[in-house]
Amino acid sequence: MMTQLVVQPDYRALAPLIILFAAAAVGVLVEGIIKKGLRDEAQLIVSGIGLLASLAFTIQNWNQDRLGVHAEGSLTMDGPTYFIWGLLLVATILTLLLVSERKLNSGALNFTPYAASVPGSPLEAKAFQSRTEHTEIYPLVLFSTFGMMMFASATDWITMFVALEVFSLPLYLLCGLARRRRLLSQEAALKYFMLGSLASAIFLYGTALLYGYSGSLSIRMLAQRIQADAEGGNSLLVAGVVLVLVGLLFKIGVVPFHSWTPDVYVGAPTPITAYMAIATKAAAVIALMRVLYVGLAPLQWTWQPVVAGLAVITMFVGAIIGLTQTDVKRLLAYSSIAHAGFILVGIAGAVTAATGNHALAGSTSSILFYLSAYGLATLGAFAIVTMVRRAGGEATQLAAWSGLGRQHPVLGALMTLFLLSFAGIPLTAGFIGKLEVFLAAWAGGYAWLVFAAVIASLVAAYIYLRFIMVMFFRDAGEATEGVQVEQASWMTWTVIILCAVGTLVLGLWSSPLGDLAIRASEFLR
Amino acid sequence: MNLLETAVAPVAATGLFSSAWLMIAIPLVISGLLMLSGRVANSWGHLLATLAPIASFGIGLTLFLDLLGRDEAQRAVSVPLFRWLTAGNWTFDFGLQIDQLSILFVLLITGVGSLIHIYSIGYMAHDERRRRFFAYLNLFIAAMLTLVLADNYLLLFVGWEGVGLASYLLISFWQHKHSAAVAGKKAFVVNRVGDLGMIMAISTLLAQTGTVKFTEVAERIGTVDRTWVVLLGFFLLLGACGKSAQVPLQSWLLDAMEGPTPVSALIHAATMVTAGVYLVVRSHPIYALTSEASLAVAIVGTVTLLAGAWIGTSKDDIKKVLAGSTMSQIGYMMLAAGLGPVGAAFAIFHLITHGFFKANMFLGAGSVMHGMNDDVDMRHYGGLAKYMPITFATFAMGYLAIIGFPFTSGFYSKDHIIEAAFDKGTVFGALAMFGAFVTAYYMTRLMMMTFFGGKRWREGVHPHESPLVMTVPLIVLAILSIIAGVMMNGWITTWLAPAVGDDHPHTTGLFHITTIGIITTAVVAVGALIGWFLHRRDIPDSQPETRNPLVLAGRQDLYGDAFNETFLMRPGQHLVGGLAAFDDSVVDGSVRGSADLFGGMSTALRRLQNGYVRSYALTMIAGVLLLAAAFYLGQLA
Repeated sequence: MMTQLVVQPDYRALAPLIILFAAAAVGVLVEGIIKKGLRDEAQLIVSGIGLLASLAFTIQNWNQDRLGVHAEGSLTMDGPTYFIWGLLLVATILTLLLVSERKLNSGALNFTPYAASVPGSPLEAKAFQSRTEHTEIYPLVLFSTFGMMMFASATDWITMFVALEVFSLPLYLLCGLARRRRLLSQEAALKYFMLGSLASAIFLYGTALLYGYSGSLSIRMLAQRIQADAEGGNSLLVAGVVLVLVGLLFKIGVVPFHSWTPDVYVGAPTPITAYMAIATKAAAVIALMRVLYVGLAPLQWTWQPVVAGLAVITMFVGAIIGLTQTDVKRLLAYSSIAHAGFILVGIAGAVTAATGNHALAGSTSSILFYLSAYGLATLGAFAIVTMVRRAGGEATQLAAWSGLGRQHPVLGALMTLFLLSFAGIPLTAGFIGKLEVFLAAWAGGYAWLVFAAVIASLVAAYIYLRFIMVMFFRDAGEATEGVQVEQASWMTWTVIILCAVGTLVLGLWSSPLGDLAIRASEFLR
Repeated sequence: MNLLETAVAPVAATGLFSSAWLMIAIPLVISGLLMLSGRVANSWGHLLATLAPIASFGIGLTLFLDLLGRDEAQRAVSVPLFRWLTAGNWTFDFGLQIDQLSILFVLLITGVGSLIHIYSIGYMAHDERRRRFFAYLNLFIAAMLTLVLADNYLLLFVGWEGVGLASYLLISFWQHKHSAAVAGKKAFVVNRVGDLGMIMAISTLLAQTGTVKFTEVAERIGTVDRTWVVLLGFFLLLGACGKSAQVPLQSWLLDAMEGPTPVSALIHAATMVTAGVYLVVRSHPIYALTSEASLAVAIVGTVTLLAGAWIGTSKDDIKKVLAGSTMSQIGYMMLAAGLGPVGAAFAIFHLITHGFFKANMFLGAGSVMHGMNDDVDMRHYGGLAKYMPITFATFAMGYLAIIGFPFTSGFYSKDHIIEAAFDKGTVFGALAMFGAFVTAYYMTRLMMMTFFGGKRWREGVHPHESPLVMTVPLIVLAILSIIAGVMMNGWITTWLAPAVGDDHPHTTGLFHITTIGIITTAVVAVGALIGWFLHRRDIPDSQPETRNPLVLAGRQDLYGDAFNETFLMRPGQHLVGGLAAFDDSVVDGSVRGSADLFGGMSTALRRLQNGYVRSYALTMIAGVLLLAAAFYLGQLA
């Protein structure tokens, strides 16, 4: 399809993006205008309205089938875009609920009161005393989500790069804002920033090479150029493709570009960790699929085995290193790496849904479902992590969770549900997601990859089952001293319960979301 | 023989026939009710349970009378109930088939079942777990009716397993006794072997004909490869051997006498153990096509009838003598069933008369035990005729029937089988006749040791007649033992002809005297005389020492247990031990090994995560090069 040049911007189609950006901008204004004591509420209202309005327009637009290419070909509204926008917005709403939780931390936010102060300095102590707060967190999260939405729908290299930076920069900041263990948090932020910059540079270089090759910034034009290229095997093309892919794979956390994940996940404030684990991953996965399925479609036979190889390495490295982790957040970080591998399994299959065949959802749809299932379990699990605390903050040592399930059966059962969903045990959403992704890979002719993936799930299952074992079958001991489950407010509980219900319902009755995902199965070429 | 002509198409059910499922449902529901209701039902549960078989009997009798009044072509009724299962191309319907064969079984099961329920009210009066006992009995009735009423092999198998379960529960009903618990387990395990035959038969049917429905199997079996038909015959025979305690799966029946005596009478004499005969007769379209399997059935029957009689001669436990005799009599039925359409009707005839007189004798034995403080050793009996007149009189009628005293029921049913066996081959006939001789001997021995001679009672035993609730069923069964033969002789062959595939039923008159009949009667008389002669004097208090290998073998149940232990149990244990060792070392070993492997890899890989940004960045650069190399290789390929 030729690029459609739209003279007048279709504001209605772009409304979700514009509204969210506006809400974030208003949030910045709020910092300057509203009095200190009321800022938190004001921010919550502004971002809440912005997110809900954006979500409403997303749903409405998709309902009216407003598919098309917008903003001079730089943004594409198609099924995957709409689906992932919805997912991102819902995940952001749930994240903000976790962010604004105060009850767990005796009335304070889970973020540092004064990020610029040196940890342990008098300045910090003063900030604690005066109960200052960084309510900028809300607009930061909104900017980030805005960037992710743009990233997932971008169809030219410049827009994609800008979006990448728009969502990354707030994340770097957010990672360094933890209230407790601030040095760890700042270290994480710095690491993330440095490695992220490296990845961005690599990505940008790749886009430059691809522009050199195709003479266009458009992802769509790249496909046409490759198609027209009779010789094939152009070094410029290969180098450009590799570098662009590296930039995207870094954000997803695919091995060997995963090294930042464990360190950053551990150091970042837990609500932000949850946000990164689902939102960043989801947006980057869709961007990667858009590049592969649209821009590099003619090269499918070349990249499929490469993606399959990356999938194998990622699944196994994530699952195997996860086996010996002793920190809950780190364990979940490796789990997220393993899940990135499972997602790549589906991407490698590269099949489209056969019409009328409900058993085979196709690669795109199965991955959209997988991301939803994984997102529910991730948000739920991290929300529970925020509740298990001791004097110094969250008790993230696995040993500190010993016997927790017996003392707090409800919490233990909910955590078990999320872990089982991670492991892909039937009756949970995670099972359906895994099944569909594996089916897609199988139908795409990657049976061996499915075998490898099943073995990797087996290994990964041990991680989660060990966690459950610790919670229910190990006695509380020295490690659990002072550990208690704090009473959370309705906000955290809402997140946990919504995620649990979603995980169960999608496990038992997956067709509504499955049908929606099937509707979103085609990238607009 | 053209089977398509003899296979009668069942007519659709109308009227009361559509409610035939109630016969199964009533005892089943009451059984569940009793099991769930707890102590509340202790006082009235057994009475409610007794009503169940009576109600089923009432329905059965009504249906029977209806069938009697119908045309022959209208007597097979199919009662489809619902679609049970669908699996691929196969569908299984839950349906009943009421025809000449199954209705006779219904009457036998519910009729004798009702009497035994009534008897049990007296017999189990002081048992703490009476309610549970009656719940199991009702479960048995429901399962047995499912077995005989099913219109396909799969549903039959459900009933088959159901009676197996009820049998297991009731044999080990007095589970505080180690011997009873073990006996129940043994019955269960041996029956599994037979069940395997059933499962293989059903699977073969599905694979070869695509159906398990009796009528459809009869239509399609003609087109099946002969090898499979022969195999089918053997599979079904294996199933029949397990349930009917035929050699080589006979060993459980003697031990099954550990159960309460009404159970022995109902399940292990009158009804369940005859299910194998029912199966063979029901499968007549299959056996009609394979002379090999039919011959095997006849051989198994002959061997068992002799083995059972042999065991009967050498036991002192009254119930074990009767159990041996049951084996032997079912052997007769099997032999008859193996003779083809001619014998099949006689098999069922003998099955029904046997149901009456054997139930009668088992209940009589129970009555004797009741009066003798539950002692079963006949060497501790003697002279009971005077003290238990009703029990003696009714038992005597059963005795006359089983030895085939002229004009009693056994006389008709057994003589027909012996005659038919002579038609098949002199060997079969002669052996069957010899069996009758031995039967007369050991039954006379039992009578002499129990009811005549001096009192050899233990101290503190005061024999007394049992209460009415126990003796009335005895009287009814005794009357039936005598007259059932006369009533059914001649009629039953014509009646059953369409259901057993008999084209030319030949009827025999009441005073149909043949040479074989006369010889048999004479042989029986000799047997009885020898029995009287040997046991007319005092009986030694304990089993006499002997070196006679025949006697020793009989006392050891023909070494059935020794055989099983040497050739099945020990090798089985070795196999299990070997498998356990294999599991422990190889399977678990590899699991543990792979766990260690992954754990080791995990520890090694963790080192890469050293926390330094510089090494992370290096990994990334290495990844870029790796990816580039992969893409170049891909481009080249």
